[in-house]
Amino acid sequence: MIRLLAFLCLLLAGPAPAQAQSPVDAAYARLASDSYADIEAGIAGLAASGDPRAGAVIAGLADGRLHYRPADKALFLREGTGLVEARTGAPASAEGLKPVRANNKVRRALEAATGTLNLTSPDLGKRREAAEAVFKARDAAALPALDAALVWETDPGIRRVLSEARAAVILGRATAPEPERLAAIQAIAGRADSDALGLLRGLAADPSEAVKAAANRGISSIETRLALIGAAQNVWYGISLGSVLLLAAIGLAITFGVMGIINMAHGEMVMLGAYTTFLVQDAIRARAPGLFEWSLAISIPAAFLVAGAVGVAIERGIIRYLYGRPLETLLATFGVSLVLQQGVRSIFGPTNREVGAPGFMTGAFDLFGMSLTWGRLWIVVFSLAVFLGLLFVLRRTSFGLKTRAVTQNRRMAAAMGIRTPWVDAMTFGLGSGIAGVAGVALSQIDNVSPNLGQGYIIDSFLVVVFGGVGNLWGTLVAALTLGVANKLFEPYFGAVLAKIGLLIFIILFIQKRPRGLFALKGRAVES
Amino acid sequence: MGPRTPLLARIDLKGWIFLGALAAACLIVPLLNLGLPEGSPLHLPTYLVSLFGKYLAFALLALSLDLVWGYCGILSLGHGAFFGLGGYAMGMYLMRQIGPRGVYGDPVLPDFMVFLNYKELPWYWLGFDHFGVAAVMVLAVPGLLAFVFGWLAFRSRVTGVYLSIITQAMTFALMLAFFRNDMGLGGNNGLTDFKDILGLPVQAQGVRVALFLATALALAISYLIARLMTVSAYGKILIAVRDAESRTRFLGYRPEHFKTLAFVVSAMMAGVAGALYVPQVGIINPSEFAPTNSIEAVIWVAVGGRGTLVGAALGAILVNYAKTLLTGALPDAWLFALGALFILVTLFMPKGIVGTAIERFGGRRAAAKLPPEPDIAPKLAEEGRGL
Repeated sequence: MIRLLAFLCLLLAGPAPAQAQSPVDAAYARLASDSYADIEAGIAGLAASGDPRAGAVIAGLADGRLHYRPADKALFLREGTGLVEARTGAPASAEGLKPVRANNKVRRALEAATGTLNLTSPDLGKRREAAEAVFKARDAAALPALDAALVWETDPGIRRVLSEARAAVILGRATAPEPERLAAIQAIAGRADSDALGLLRGLAADPSEAVKAAANRGISSIETRLALIGAAQNVWYGISLGSVLLLAAIGLAITFGVMGIINMAHGEMVMLGAYTTFLVQDAIRARAPGLFEWSLAISIPAAFLVAGAVGVAIERGIIRYLYGRPLETLLATFGVSLVLQQGVRSIFGPTNREVGAPGFMTGAFDLFGMSLTWGRLWIVVFSLAVFLGLLFVLRRTSFGLKTRAVTQNRRMAAAMGIRTPWVDAMTFGLGSGIAGVAGVALSQIDNVSPNLGQGYIIDSFLVVVFGGVGNLWGTLVAALTLGVANKLFEPYFGAVLAKIGLLIFIILFIQKRPRGLFALKGRAVES
Repeated sequence: MGPRTPLLARIDLKGWIFLGALAAACLIVPLLNLGLPEGSPLHLPTYLVSLFGKYLAFALLALSLDLVWGYCGILSLGHGAFFGLGGYAMGMYLMRQIGPRGVYGDPVLPDFMVFLNYKELPWYWLGFDHFGVAAVMVLAVPGLLAFVFGWLAFRSRVTGVYLSIITQAMTFALMLAFFRNDMGLGGNNGLTDFKDILGLPVQAQGVRVALFLATALALAISYLIARLMTVSAYGKILIAVRDAESRTRFLGYRPEHFKTLAFVVSAMMAGVAGALYVPQVGIINPSEFAPTNSIEAVIWVAVGGRGTLVGAALGAILVNYAKTLLTGALPDAWLFALGALFILVTLFMPKGIVGTAIERFGGRRAAAKLPPEPDIAPKLAEEGRGL
């Protein structure tokens, strides 16, 4: 359809260059004048003409370098110390020149003309911008310039915007022939956004029935597409939120899910990871600014080691005395979380710390009309990578085998010669380290403050419990389900009510399936 | 000890000490505050009366928590929710008492509603201008929530850690809800600027003392109720449910009934604690629902001694007194101290102050023996859980 439109536009644009000769002459003639009205008309004509020298001439006029010879109305531009002929750019010399002057109205015309002229700029971004600007302005005078640009423009994206802009201009003119207007409606309907919608809605009072019907069809097709894009966008936001939940919860899936330790200091491990990122970036800024792009990659192992080491210390120092007393573990680790929070607050201060984003994490791109940010995309990728990495460690390595053996039957594992205390410490360290790694990613989207971890701890527990304790896949499904559900409800109920609704849902869900979504089969007998 | 009625016979030595200390406080505090002129070195400033009253309200919250945690094995991390709901019920009454004296001078609507363009009182505010209605709500709202929540959870046999996590989710959800302005309960700022209670100015010295006395009385009555519940036949089964739920069920009892009753009574006590807390501190806002507050209440119980009732109240008073001292002297040190308290108490003093004292000095009277908590690790192993 786009090709057809482009072809159509080409056909329409065809006659434009042929006719351009006389309007260009006329435009130049009007510029060489004393009358502001004439100059203004000349600028508009020149800008619309598509003349290759138009840009230089208009820029010269804006700078006050354009002069004319009253005798024959020839135009000259001052270039440095010399003089060139305005129309050709050839060096020239002349006497008795008068400057072409500008008042406010002329200056406004100059600005508009510069916008139109950017359609021919060699810079792709500028051309796109200019085309969008024309689309929004719907300036009838820009039509010839659009036609000219459509002839030589090769970039398909810009071609599309150009033809849409052209269609918008045509729709704005009630005098345009009906087939042309119908084609324009089609072109506009292809552009599914609110601008296009507004444009088509403006046609509701059009005298022609055919145009009205076409506009209505266009409106409904745009609305359908917008709804689809909106839903897809929400799903994407949901996946993005789900990946954050997954990152926050996945370490807990090890410490709580596999080991059965209620680690209330889990959020603080995430926080430590985020602060490690801050420290790494700080060091890089001070010592080796060139490495900044790599700061996150460097932070990942650093955060893993820091949080993992703290985790091992907690396990050796506190938790190992409390195995078999889960509720007391909860209290002790809550104490640890208070101490860690206050410790970080004492060292780094209570305010947020600035963690920068490397280049590949910034910016956004369009996908089928949705706007995706690179940062979020990388976090989704990263969380899946962490998940798969963890799965690999637990399923395919000797350490993972020992971990599973110890959690499934501690005494048997000990009898087989596995050092169970060592495995406990390392497993807890692994879970904590993963939480630290999550902190690296979360430092990109959340405030790095001592309270960072607190915001995630309840969500993390709910994700693990919802997914089914002891089941990594359950954690993945639960995180994505909760994330997507949250974002799909948000437009209807608002963020807070959606969140409350999900909390209530999980509370009720636990009643129905006390062991989560993917409970492992087994005897559910009390000890 | 007076004539030995069956009720009084059921109070043990530590109970008598506790009640005696409360009675002494009820005599001394008004005497030092009202009886002595302000210049006197022994005079007790009114703000301290309210501070002590606040401690007693916290003690009541801890007592209610101990009833379910110590005797029923339900570690609720959401008792702050019941406390907050009771507080809001009282706060709504106090807001209605302001009448036309608000900043905007509206005869019916509280200031924040005028500010948010409410045209009339939301339906759930109706009746709160009567103290009686508010008093019923202080008990009914937390009780009803506890009944619904407990009945659902205990019937489905959600126990241990899972129960703790969903109680936490409950109070978190309530916090989010109360933060909303649309809730019609003051949003972020909560309810404050109280003027009168029962027609008397809430800031007045005499009213402050009366509130202190009311809190002490509520604490004493709640203690008696809890004590009666735990030493009765009902209490014996409650403890059996705590220690071996399945076995109790196989003996023909319905553990969910016993647990739900304890949970509801406990929630009502927490609601009363909140209702007495609000007029003494002069504000109630959604941060009372913060999960951290509920967990902090758990440590009061743990410090004082789980399953001793008296210990819970003592723990609440001691920890909060330490908090007042430390946050005044070394603000940064408080969280370190609280964190260390959590760690050290669980590691080295699992029975708490009173529990340890009974063990050491109580001899044969040491009735409140606590078994170790049910061990989930071997159970998980039995289930073949893991990856």
